[in-house]
Amino acid sequence: MNKRWRAFHNSADYRFVPYIMAGDPCEEATIELSLALEDCGAAALELGVPYSDPLADGPVIQRAGMRGLKQQMNLEKTIKLVSKLRERGLKIPVIIFTYYNLLLQLGENRFMSLAEENGVDGLLVPDLPYEESSYLKEMCSVYHLALISLVAPTTHKEKLNKLSKEAEGFLYCISSLGVTGVRSDFRDGLNDFLRAAKENAAVPVLVGFGLSKRNQIEQFEGTSDGFIIGSAIVQKIESLENELINNREEAIREFKQFVESMLPVYSS
Amino acid sequence: MPTAIVPDHRGRYGDFGGKYVPETIMFALEELEKSFEEAINDKEFQKQFQNELAVYSGRPTPLTLAERLSEVNGGAKIYLKREDLNHTGAHKINNAIGQALLAVRMGKKKIIAETGAGQHGVAAATVAAKYGLSCKVYMGKEDIRRQALNVFRMKLLGAEVIEVTSGSQTLKDATNEAIREWVASVEDTFYLIGSAVGPHPYPKMVKNFQQVIGFETKDQFIRENEGGLPDAVVACVGGGSNAIGMFAPFIEKDVPLYGVEAAGKGVETNEHAATLSKGTNGVIHGSLTKLLQTEEGQITEPYSISAGLDYPGIGPEHAYLHETGRVKYEAVTDQESLEALQSLCLNEGILCALESAHAVAYSLKLAKNMSKDEAVVVCLSGRGDKDVHTLMEKAEGGNQHE
Repeated sequence: MNKRWRAFHNSADYRFVPYIMAGDPCEEATIELSLALEDCGAAALELGVPYSDPLADGPVIQRAGMRGLKQQMNLEKTIKLVSKLRERGLKIPVIIFTYYNLLLQLGENRFMSLAEENGVDGLLVPDLPYEESSYLKEMCSVYHLALISLVAPTTHKEKLNKLSKEAEGFLYCISSLGVTGVRSDFRDGLNDFLRAAKENAAVPVLVGFGLSKRNQIEQFEGTSDGFIIGSAIVQKIESLENELINNREEAIREFKQFVESMLPVYSS
Repeated sequence: MPTAIVPDHRGRYGDFGGKYVPETIMFALEELEKSFEEAINDKEFQKQFQNELAVYSGRPTPLTLAERLSEVNGGAKIYLKREDLNHTGAHKINNAIGQALLAVRMGKKKIIAETGAGQHGVAAATVAAKYGLSCKVYMGKEDIRRQALNVFRMKLLGAEVIEVTSGSQTLKDATNEAIREWVASVEDTFYLIGSAVGPHPYPKMVKNFQQVIGFETKDQFIRENEGGLPDAVVACVGGGSNAIGMFAPFIEKDVPLYGVEAAGKGVETNEHAATLSKGTNGVIHGSLTKLLQTEEGQITEPYSISAGLDYPGIGPEHAYLHETGRVKYEAVTDQESLEALQSLCLNEGILCALESAHAVAYSLKLAKNMSKDEAVVVCLSGRGDKDVHTLMEKAEGGNQHE
């Protein structure tokens, strides 16, 4: 565990982990948005990579990917963006969120050495289930990267126990069936699922998918160690697209206000 | 040389295949695999499936010797396996019946499906009506526009057609959207995939439900040719379900097999769907296979005059059979397939689908260089009624140029 993960791990806060898409709406905006999120109290950052066929994502993140693709953002540039974030002072763990095909084409070995050189802390591959991940997991441990595991309400008990025990960085608990996107309510039994995940987990247990409001987040405080917000933040970035290119300072101020309005009050 | 048993327990065909899907649907793939294995080992299920194929789809389909076509072409005799004579007009119904029976057996009441040209959508809507299931079909906006007739047929059959506006709005995106819907509704919904693609166990299951094509062909050919086997077997390949079904009983035999991809405007152009000729290893729709993509891994849009071959990936078993060299994969252009379609019309009175015309085109080339006592069997995967509109446009466009 590196020192960024250690700080994440030892934090007493209810951890806030945002997701944004690299290159949306442009590289410089991604850098400033990341720093703004850290300012708002983010405990780690998930950096998405634009992909033509994101089958775990809903329309909001699909559109963000299209914007990123227009900027010619790709996996290699996303990894290199992390070292720019480090130069600009970002201290929290950064997790690259990429579909498996992009990783395969760059080459798993090349990914590892680039990630190490550029200050990446973790990797999340939404279409690589545990059953297919043994090679990547081994590589990640050689290069001291956390391979983030996802568990779903449909994950059966034995597998949930195994995955929570072996999880690195944090355990990502998917709140709902379906793709990413803002939801108004959550299924019954979600807290039981989170409790079951926490029972064996050696790392913080985070809940994600669909969260967009302070009162939604607060319901999971007792049963999890943090939360992930993607689509709600990406949607705000979409609405600020022009301003983030032309009048960035003002846009970032509005963005921070929006983010703070979602977070439980003590987080920032 | 003995071939390895594929797929292995992880759904691998050599390096290809596997299950590259979100964790949310992993349990459903396990449940499906278990139910499928139980079903195919259950004599009652097999009997029910065979019976439905017979009394509902009209199987066995004939094996027709194309006498005039063979004579005009010269060389080997050409036999046509008449999948075009199935209910709904193509081989797609074999798989749709099999999967629908399995869905019923598993207690599922809802099915979802993806479709490109609409043939699988129609097959799925058909079996949903027959077995009393609700049916949603995902179809790209662009394909909905091009295939208005099939869209209407699906609606007539009681299916809901859902317009897909993401990505390039074609089959690739319709499949992404069907998978997204499945992730959301996985607890009570059966995903009825139309080709030998997708995560394990789909490629294996689709092959199993389509292998009736090959087994019938083999029996029919043997009966007619005093025990001999064909000297070549040819089938078109998009995702590859008719081909894998046709090849199934011949893979272990000493029979040359040919899969025919769509070369569109030529494999040297950017407008083709020749996945094995031009593709590289990657993951699409839950499976590691060959696909058309950029160097960075963005999946590119294929092109073919035939909507059923217009797919950037291919079933993982085909990728494997290509790599081991057991099957030879060739590519045929739009133009060659149109000529073959016309020749089959004029000489045999059979209007085949544009997809199947690719296989016919290649078998004409092949037969020419073979002797008169040899025989080529072609899988005529579907009929061409659905393509009449495209053919008319083509004919009118052609006249304008003259």
